[in-house]
Amino acid sequence: MKKFINEFLKGIVKENPTFVLLLGLCPTLAVSTSLPNGIGMGIAATFVLLGSNIIISLIRNFIPDRIRIPCYIVVIATFVTITELVMKAYSPALNRALGIYVPLIVVNCIVLGRAEAYASKATVINSLFDGLGMGIGFTLALLLISGIREFLGAGEIFGHTMIKEFQPAHILIMPSGALLVIGLLLGLFNVLKNRKI
Amino acid sequence: MNPAQFLTIFISAVFIYNVIFSRFLGLCSFIAISKETKPALAMSLSVMFVTTMSSVITWFIYRFLLIPFGLTYLRTISFILVIATFVQFVEMVIRKISPPLYRFFGIYLPLITVNCAVLGVAVLNIDMFFVNNKAVAGSFYYSLFQGICVGLGYTLAMLLMSGIRERLDLCNIPKAVKDFPLAFIIASIMGLSFLGFNGFRF
Repeated sequence: MKKFINEFLKGIVKENPTFVLLLGLCPTLAVSTSLPNGIGMGIAATFVLLGSNIIISLIRNFIPDRIRIPCYIVVIATFVTITELVMKAYSPALNRALGIYVPLIVVNCIVLGRAEAYASKATVINSLFDGLGMGIGFTLALLLISGIREFLGAGEIFGHTMIKEFQPAHILIMPSGALLVIGLLLGLFNVLKNRKI
Repeated sequence: MNPAQFLTIFISAVFIYNVIFSRFLGLCSFIAISKETKPALAMSLSVMFVTTMSSVITWFIYRFLLIPFGLTYLRTISFILVIATFVQFVEMVIRKISPPLYRFFGIYLPLITVNCAVLGVAVLNIDMFFVNNKAVAGSFYYSLFQGICVGLGYTLAMLLMSGIRERLDLCNIPKAVKDFPLAFIIASIMGLSFLGFNGFRF
């Protein structure tokens, strides 16, 4: 049991896909303009990661080594299509806000990275926990970035104004603000990491 | 088909909605390969080639396969498969025909398969130039042109960034922001200057 918990926890802090592995940056930066968008993207990516990790781990012994990447891509694309159709049916507003970044989960490096580096070698249960942990780590990173951007850039959290007479810095909800926030966060994490040792 | 449309596509794809600074497509390769100018140029030329070709291929697939058979929900799967196959094929051809060219481009081509910019252009073309599953007049030429322009925008961003990072080698940088954090901060400041083009919105 302890092993499973380790598999689960490593994706959240030690191997956080966004801040440590620097994978899947495109959706992270593009949709993190507000908290609801960030959460929606995080849940969609977690579902795809979980599904593709389980399926790829199940069929890992049947896939010929030379054509493994196209096989993984087909599995991942199937889950992305499911996500897209479900999102279109039940939450059209979210689908419109996320736009082309929903189909682009296919080329999110985290999903293919986990398939290639982990699920193709591990048992089903391990892959399940790995996918779940990575997905939650990704969602938490999105929450952090989109929380900072929404609070400082629009003065709101989940669309509610927090502090009256606060002059928001609109630059943070614009595209270049995303790059600034992630650059400074990475720098901050480096400082924290160096201090510990 | 409207000739003025081409100018609109050019300005919006290269400057206003630059793939890197505004749409964040292909960021991984942008950060990873922009340390020196020469590899950056090789990478951007390969991206430009692949975005152009994949715009053409995906247009044909969407127009003549997916729409007539009512399979538009298979868009993502079919596009990514075809792009991956195409890139693999080009890699094989280049390796066979021209080894020097392969040494220049070869290692970057496999990376492009999972470059969001390529699939992004294909999806954008479909979103912009198909209305209710009908191709608008001249949509093929628009798609082709948008593919080229997105590649140009990527090249522009790559060259600017690699030029700056080459100079940074000689600077004294705080340890905490060395490499990636600084690259993001520079990209953000460059993105700010690209925001100036927003006034051009048509």
